[in-house]
Amino acid sequence: MNLLSIIGEALRALRQNRLRTGLTMLGMIIGVAAVVLMLSIGQGARTKINETIAAMGSNLFLVVPGATSSGGFSFGSGSVRTLTINDSHAIAELTSIKATAPVTTGPVQLNYGAKNWSTIITGTTPNYFEVGNWKMESGAAFTESDLRSAARFVVLGSVTAKNLFNEEDPIGKTIRISNRPFVVVGILMAKGQSLTGRDQDDTVIIPISTSERQITGSQFPGSIRYMLVQAKTPDDMDIAEIEITQLLRQRHRIPKGKENDFTVRNLTAIADVATDAAKVMSIVLGAIASVSLLVGGIGIMNIMLVSVTERTREIGIRMAIGANQRAILTQFLLEAMMICLMGGIIGLIIGIGGAWLVSRFADMLIVITAGMVGLAFLFSSAVGIFFGFYPAKKAASLKPVDALRYE
Amino acid sequence: MPAQSLNPAAYPLIQIERLCKSYSLQDASGKTITNQVLFDIHLTIQQGEFVAIMGHSGSGKSTLMNILGCLDTPTSGSYWLAEKNVATLSKDELARIRNEKIGFVFQGFNLLKRMTALDNVATPLLYAGISRAQSRKRALELLRRTGLENFAMHQPNQLSGGQQQRVAISRALVNHPPLILADEPTGNLDTQTSREIMLLFDQLNREQGITIVLVTHEDDIAAYAHRLIRLKDGHIVLDEKNRHETAPGGTPSFPSL
Ligand SMILES: Nc1ncnc2c1ncn2[C@@H]1O[C@H](COP(=O)(O)OP(=O)(O)O)[C@@H](O)[C@H]1O
Ligand SMILES: [Mg+2]
Repeated sequence: MNLLSIIGEALRALRQNRLRTGLTMLGMIIGVAAVVLMLSIGQGARTKINETIAAMGSNLFLVVPGATSSGGFSFGSGSVRTLTINDSHAIAELTSIKATAPVTTGPVQLNYGAKNWSTIITGTTPNYFEVGNWKMESGAAFTESDLRSAARFVVLGSVTAKNLFNEEDPIGKTIRISNRPFVVVGILMAKGQSLTGRDQDDTVIIPISTSERQITGSQFPGSIRYMLVQAKTPDDMDIAEIEITQLLRQRHRIPKGKENDFTVRNLTAIADVATDAAKVMSIVLGAIASVSLLVGGIGIMNIMLVSVTERTREIGIRMAIGANQRAILTQFLLEAMMICLMGGIIGLIIGIGGAWLVSRFADMLIVITAGMVGLAFLFSSAVGIFFGFYPAKKAASLKPVDALRYE
Repeated sequence: MPAQSLNPAAYPLIQIERLCKSYSLQDASGKTITNQVLFDIHLTIQQGEFVAIMGHSGSGKSTLMNILGCLDTPTSGSYWLAEKNVATLSKDELARIRNEKIGFVFQGFNLLKRMTALDNVATPLLYAGISRAQSRKRALELLRRTGLENFAMHQPNQLSGGQQQRVAISRALVNHPPLILADEPTGNLDTQTSREIMLLFDQLNREQGITIVLVTHEDDIAAYAHRLIRLKDGHIVLDEKNRHETAPGGTPSFPSL
């Protein structure tokens, strides 16, 4: 019997019991939809984290003042003022280091025309843009000479620019920062949220010299909130960490045995942890969803067993007119597979639809790949074969005479 | 198209020697009881014969038919079908023999439900590996010859008993088997319809030389056969030429098969 005939027969058999077929399929539909949805959410989270990490810049250290506390580190925890711009310059001279960017911060009020906006200002050096992997949407960053002259130039994050200027082109316009006029020289390309969930695009960046003298003030001259340090290559990261630590201990005159008055954080390592966490999350989500697929598969096995029993006489008749074991096996296996495949296709559509809804209304990045679609098909056929095999085998190994006599 | 059995063959179609069949059953206390149903059966049937098997209910007629049809296996003894020792055949080979050499007709018709008469008749050909289109063509031809061309697209539950049995006979014939096994084919039919079915068998036997083995407990049905075998409690107690061999007569109601 050729495959096309068997498929025809299987479809006929499935149509004969629409309600049962539908209910059995439901298990598969839910299973596949759940797997697709969970995989796409997991993949979305991974993609998002990878994008964030790529935007963050590579081979980065964050150096903050203050000793490592048991609760981890906090961004520029206010009180300690042990790091200075000169520390940053000195670190930049190390052979393993490509560049550093010292940063001071402070809350400011921005005004343009009638609009005003409160945010945190960043005072830094032109290196900051390269080290932090910032790209310019329009205009340009301030320069070393702007830094030396403490020019009143400002670079705005995309969100900040939008809030102050709306559709207007900000380049060349003057805004007021804490009531002092600054000329907007550049707008940053959007980066989205940071790993910690902070909106990185609400930012105002000015030369650190200008900031110290005119905005954030200098109760402790030369002190900074934190610095970004970029190593030359990923292989330099370990040496760089040791060198930074040694240099700072030396510069801060910390005697042997006393603890550091600063903390060096390897941001790339933190990013790796985040990536791994996202990977684990997507695997766990997929595994949980697979359980429902398993349950669906067991449902199919159950129904196929009932179907084989109900149709014992039909099996006997088929054997009497010449069906061999393989023909019977194929017939029942194909029925199970067809339920699974149809359920798989419907589940796939629902899963994709659900993913779309989630991305639409829950503001989550959802990624659906061809691999996932393939996986859904592979999974549902595999479930069909695995759970359909036993009932089909049972049908095929009936003795013709017993099957025919079955009432 | 004429079956291979038109000319007298060098070998018997069916040869059974010292055949026994017993069933093992568990009684209420879990003890195994052996129930012997067929005792030391010797039976030779030549190609082209028309044999009636008679006997009381429970005498082992169906058991014997099932063994003849390769649906069941004997407990001991040998069975040669068309020069093949059935005991040595694999399950696939048995399926093939049922498909090519034997046409079954049952008391309860045993058509596949919710399938048209046409597809019912075509199914053995599908199992023989013939294309669906070809199978249907051949099936339609057989339905025409049994006078059912107008019912080809009907499902079994839309047909009368006589019509269903003619569909079953068409199905039995569709792959040109040399042997038809019919276990009480008229058991569920009224006298007039039974007569039509028997005339059909008679015609198949005379015109195509198809060997027919038929189980019945009605004398007037058995009268159509040329040889009579009587079973009693699993023993063959009578095996003779039918006295009424020329009796039935009448004009065939079907176009030449
Ligand atoms: N599968 C079986 N298991 C046990 N006993 C059986 C089975 N099939 C038939 N028998 C027994 O074999 C005997 C003959 O049955 P059967 O051949 O159907 O008789 P008949 O067709 O002549 O009425 C009966 O006593 C019946 O109970
Ligand atoms: Mg019987």
